[in-house]
Amino acid sequence: MSALPGPLASTEGVETPPLLEVRGVSMVFGGLLALNNVHTRVLPGQIKAIIGPNGAGKTTLFNIVTGIYAPTQGEVFFKGEPIQGLKPHAIAARGITRTFQTIRLFHGMTALENVMVGLHRHTRAGFIHAALRLPLARHEERRMREQAMDLLDRVGLAHVAEEEATHLPFGVQRVLEVARALATRPDLLILDEPASGLNESEGRRLMALLREIRDEGTTILLVEHDMELVMELAEEILVLVYGTPIAEGPPAAIRRHPEVIAAYLGDEELFVEPSLGRRMQEA
Amino acid sequence: MRLLRSHRNEASLATLALVVLALGLFEVLQPGGRDVASLTGDVVTFNTLVRIGILTIVVVGLNVLMGYAGQVSLGQAAFYGLGAYVSGIFTTRAEVFGLPGGLEGAWWWPWLLMGVGMAFTGLFAYLVGRPILRLKGHYLAMATLGLGIMVYILFRENFGFRTSTVNLTGGFDGLFDIPRLRLGSWELWPITRYYFLVWLAALASIAVALNLVHSRVGRALRAIHGSEVAAEAMAVDTAEFKVRALVFSAMLASLAGSLYAHFQAAVSPGPFSFIGSLELVVMAAVGGLRNVWGAPLGVALILAIEEFLRAKGHELFAGIGSEAEPVVFGIILVLIMIFLPEGLTDGLRRLPRLWQRRSGTPAASSEVTS
Repeated sequence: MSALPGPLASTEGVETPPLLEVRGVSMVFGGLLALNNVHTRVLPGQIKAIIGPNGAGKTTLFNIVTGIYAPTQGEVFFKGEPIQGLKPHAIAARGITRTFQTIRLFHGMTALENVMVGLHRHTRAGFIHAALRLPLARHEERRMREQAMDLLDRVGLAHVAEEEATHLPFGVQRVLEVARALATRPDLLILDEPASGLNESEGRRLMALLREIRDEGTTILLVEHDMELVMELAEEILVLVYGTPIAEGPPAAIRRHPEVIAAYLGDEELFVEPSLGRRMQEA
Repeated sequence: MRLLRSHRNEASLATLALVVLALGLFEVLQPGGRDVASLTGDVVTFNTLVRIGILTIVVVGLNVLMGYAGQVSLGQAAFYGLGAYVSGIFTTRAEVFGLPGGLEGAWWWPWLLMGVGMAFTGLFAYLVGRPILRLKGHYLAMATLGLGIMVYILFRENFGFRTSTVNLTGGFDGLFDIPRLRLGSWELWPITRYYFLVWLAALASIAVALNLVHSRVGRALRAIHGSEVAAEAMAVDTAEFKVRALVFSAMLASLAGSLYAHFQAAVSPGPFSFIGSLELVVMAAVGGLRNVWGAPLGVALILAIEEFLRAKGHELFAGIGSEAEPVVFGIILVLIMIFLPEGLTDGLRRLPRLWQRRSGTPAASSEVTS
C-alpha cells in the first residue's frame, strides 16, 4: 500500500486476496504525468469508488485497467495475474467490463441486440456457423435471446427491447449500458460516472440496482462526481489529485481527511449539500 | 429446418428467386418470339442480367464489410480480379506451373479452381487486412485504394515478368479461350444455363450474408461499426472480426470473379481497375449499405443506367459516349446521398409511410418518438 495515515489504511491486514491490484502505476502523456505511482486494490465483493477533481486521472486509471492504455510504469493484477498491456478484449474476456462516461451504445441496433453483444464472451459460433445457420449457431442464438431478455427484464427495460438503443431517453440508455455490461457476467464491473445526467429518482434506482449487482457477487469499481451517491454506496474510496493518490479508506474517514478537504477547498459544496437534482441543473 | 431466421427475408428471397426463374424461363421459352431484351426495348439484355447476378455477389460482400462492419474498401475489385485471374490463368496455362496439361480438359478442374481462388484470395485478404485494418476512416480508404491499384498493375504488367518469357496474365490484352464450365459432359452454356448457375450463387450469397448479419458475428460487426472501444469492452476481438469480414467479402468477390472469367471466356485488367472498385462502392451505396437487399437493387439500377446510356445516350445528348458514365454516376451518387442517405432499400421501406402522410392518414409508425 502507499504511504497512508494509519487509520485510513483499512485494507491492511485483510486476509482475502484482492480481485484487482494496481501496483505503482504511472502514466505519462507527452511529458504530462497523468498518474503518479498509484497503488490500490479492490477486494472481491466490494463497491469501491475513485474520486478526485477534474483531471485527477480517474478515467486514465480505468483506461489502464481495461487495457485501452498500457501504463508507462507499474503493474495491474487481476485474480493474481498481470494484465497490463493486454488488449481490451482479452481483459474483458478475463472478467472485467465497463461502462463509459459518454454513453457508447451501439447505434443501429435494438436494446436487446446491444445486450446480446454483451453475451459474446459466452458464445462461440463463428462466421461459418453463423453464415450456414448450423445447429450451434441456432441453439446459441435462441439462448442469447432468452438470456438478454431476462437481463432487460431484470433492470426493468423489457418493454423497450425491440427499440433502437440510441433513440431511448438518456436515463434509460445509462441503465441499458449497465445491462449490456452485466451480460458479459463480469467479476469486476467498472462504471465511469454512471449517475451523470440522471435525475434524482433515476439515480436512486441506479444505486439500488448497483447494490443488487454487488450482492449477487459482482465487484464494482466506479468513478462518480455525485458525492452523496459515492458516500452512500461505496465501502471504500480512493482520492486522486493530479494523478497522485492522497487518501484511501471508508467514506467516513475520507470525509474528515484533512488533505481531501484541502484538495476540495472551494468546492466544499461536494460535501455539504450534494443534491443530485441541483448538480444536474448546473451541468 | 429453416434457411433464414426471419420470415420477411425468406419471403423476399423467395420473391427474388421467382423473378429470376421467370426471367430465365422467358428467355428459354421465348413466348411469342419475344426475348427478355425486347421487354426493355433492347436496353437491358439477358447478358446484363447475368452480369447483375455476378456483381451482386461482390456487392453482398462489400455490404457486409462496409455497411455492417463499417470498414471502407476502395479496392474490392482487386479481390474480384484475383478470382478471375486464378480461374483464367490455371484453365488456360496450367503448364507454366508444371501442372499436367490434361488438367485443363478435365471438367472438374475449373470448379476446383473456384475454391482455390477463394482460398487464395481469402488468405491474401487476411495477410493484407491485418496491417491495413488498423487504419480508420480516410486512411483506410487510401490504403485499400492503393492496394487495389497495385493489384491492378500486377495484372496489367504480367506480375512484372516479360510476356515473352513467362506469360501469366497476358498483360494489357488479357487472357482468352477460358473454357466454359461443365458438369461432366453437360456444358453450362448457352447463356440461359449459365444464367441459372450465376443466380443460384447470387441467391446463396444473399442467404449466407443475411444469416451472417443476424447472428452473433453480425452483431459483433455492427458493434465494431458503432464503437470499437465499447465492442472491445464486450470482449469482441475487433481486429480479428474486422479481418474476417474482409476475408468473407474477398472470398465472395473471388467467387464472382471466377464466374465472370468463365462467362466472358476472357479476362483483361480493365474491370479490376480503381474505376471498377469505385463502381462497386457506388452500387453498394445506391442500394443501401446497411441492408443486404441493397446489393441486387444497387447493381441492377447502376447496370441498367449504364446500358441505357450506352444504347440511348447519343440520342439524348449529341456526341455523348461511354465517357459520360462517370459523370452520370457521380450525379446519381450525390442525389442518393442527399435524398436517400441510407440507399434505395431504405427509401422503398419508407415509401408506404410517405404515402400515408400524403393522403392524410396517420402514419402507423413503429418508431420511437422520444
